[in-house]
Amino acid sequence: MSAPLDLPRWADTVLVPAISVVAAFLVAGLVVLAIGENPLTATRWLLQGSLGTGEGLGFTLFYMTDFIFVGLAVAVAYHAGLFNIGGEGQATLAGLGIALVLNNLTFLPGFLLIPLGILGAAAFGALWAAIPGYLQAKRGSHIVITTIMFNWLASVLIVYLLVNVLREPQSMNPETRAFPDQSHIPFMHDVFAAFGIEIPASQLNLTLVLALAAAYFVWLLIYRSRLGYAIRVVGSNPSAAVYAGISPARIIIIAMVLSGALAGGLAVNELMGYQHRLLLEFTSGYGFVGIAVALMGRAHPVGIILASLLFGILYQGGAELAFEQPAITRDMVVVIGGIIILFAGALDGLFRRLVAHLFARQKLARA
Amino acid sequence: MDLGILVTIFDSALRLSIPLLAACLAGLWSERSGVVDIGLEGKMLVAAFAGAAGAYAFGSAWAGLLIGIIASVAIGLVHGFASISQRGNQIVSGVAINMLAAGLTAIVGNAWYGQGGRTPPLEGDQRFGSVLFGHSALVYVVLLAVPVTWFVLGHTRFGLRLRAVGENPAAVDTAGISVTRLRYTAVIIAGVLCGLAGAYLSVGQAAGFLPNMTAGRGFIALAALIFAKWRAWPALGACFLFGLLDASANQLQGLSLPGIGEVPVQAIQAMPYLMTVILLAGVIGKAIPPRASGVPYVKER
Repeated sequence: MSAPLDLPRWADTVLVPAISVVAAFLVAGLVVLAIGENPLTATRWLLQGSLGTGEGLGFTLFYMTDFIFVGLAVAVAYHAGLFNIGGEGQATLAGLGIALVLNNLTFLPGFLLIPLGILGAAAFGALWAAIPGYLQAKRGSHIVITTIMFNWLASVLIVYLLVNVLREPQSMNPETRAFPDQSHIPFMHDVFAAFGIEIPASQLNLTLVLALAAAYFVWLLIYRSRLGYAIRVVGSNPSAAVYAGISPARIIIIAMVLSGALAGGLAVNELMGYQHRLLLEFTSGYGFVGIAVALMGRAHPVGIILASLLFGILYQGGAELAFEQPAITRDMVVVIGGIIILFAGALDGLFRRLVAHLFARQKLARA
Repeated sequence: MDLGILVTIFDSALRLSIPLLAACLAGLWSERSGVVDIGLEGKMLVAAFAGAAGAYAFGSAWAGLLIGIIASVAIGLVHGFASISQRGNQIVSGVAINMLAAGLTAIVGNAWYGQGGRTPPLEGDQRFGSVLFGHSALVYVVLLAVPVTWFVLGHTRFGLRLRAVGENPAAVDTAGISVTRLRYTAVIIAGVLCGLAGAYLSVGQAAGFLPNMTAGRGFIALAALIFAKWRAWPALGACFLFGLLDASANQLQGLSLPGIGEVPVQAIQAMPYLMTVILLAGVIGKAIPPRASGVPYVKER
């Protein structure tokens, strides 16, 4: 157990997460075997369904957009030493923000309405994260517990509003009326068609570009800005931050605000890009996938994009797989997510020691 | 409101508070030893599934309970391995367990029974029947766990050591007592209690397992634990209060209160979460967790 833990940088940032993900897939393969299915055929269907067709790829990238936002949300808080597991609730509230903006400002043209909708999402998501942030910073209430409670409060609140207040009068379903046409974020296939290029139709929309821009922004913020530096100092050593004249309370609140705003991106992609109305449970547990994505991506934007692509493949491929092999339902993806969180997050030390051990051995062999 | 309604509400409040209480006591044991457990929900869910599957396979509710407990303890040991032996992040491990449980129960249930993740309906001896006042034996077992927890934690040497490990593990280690062993014991006890909670849901209260049947009860139990400030008798009170809220939500539906108007059922559902947030904010009283909870113990070299 006392193997040296100083690993080369590439091993620490690439090799260790890669090994834990491979191990996670091996365990997932065992689960598939245990229910009497062939993991290799399953893998083939998974890849075929997510990357093998243009349409499948579109859906993969659509899910990837969701996961980039929630992954970045978890990562920004993580850099400040906070564990934001409230992505679900923050995205739910962001959806409410979108609906309020879009359905009350229907007279505005699209070029104003779309940015306002996105701002509404960010503002409501940020607010729902700011309260736990404030309570952590000023009152010492543990952020994990408060964000859990805020997830449930959000789900109760949205049920109440959709059933009693926001529901379309004639409709039986708890959902708002459709957002005005000019507020829909254009589908990628429509955008390409405008340039005369034909690509298969899918849910993929321009929000992907926003997600990539957000990843670049987070990179700039965390690694290239004063504020980002302060966030990282608070995350790694709050008492050192105080000596450096940084107020941890202020940074905690700011980090949570940014985190909640980023989680709002999930609502932008799902509602403004695809569903075009507010409905129940549109977050589908993706907020928790964000935790897996952030842990796997080592809370770095590049890692998060790659991890999001992987989860996009899993979600889209998983849907196709469930169609081909009905025994392997989409819950398999949730299982894989859980194993990845366990291996890349909680058991990180185990894999790190394993790799360190191998490196130490190699050194000995060479000497 | 006449007496009949009150008795009905009281009765269903008790029924609804039992799974909360078992899970809450599970969290109490675990966190008192310094292992934070947000995977209560996941363990309950796994136990509910394994319990129903076991009861169906062996035709006995008690066999189901045993299998539910074994499954829950197994998941608890995964959490223990990650957070005690590997000194991993306990929150992350809890989140992982909740996701794993939700996915695994659905996928295995679907593969075994092909009924969309449900187990076949349980009947006769496959369920816990009522033994006293219309309640099953499990209800009394869980209620009995309250004084047992209170006595063992507060009045035995083992309990003192276990609490010490949650406050100051280094001191316990210095006294020559194994921190690891105490924490694993606590995690196993938590697993047994979550097993009771889960089996109660699928084999006692309902007649079989439904996907995601815990529906957030593990998190309400967590809220109750904070509300009870990590103590056994207050845990009973907090869980009964939350059970009462749940029971009255059904009764109050559509009822108009003078001065307030109609009470939306969601407002009552939100109460446990809201009360916990307010309590944590320190507005009414203060909830201070065991000092070493969430912190892996590193033996000094």
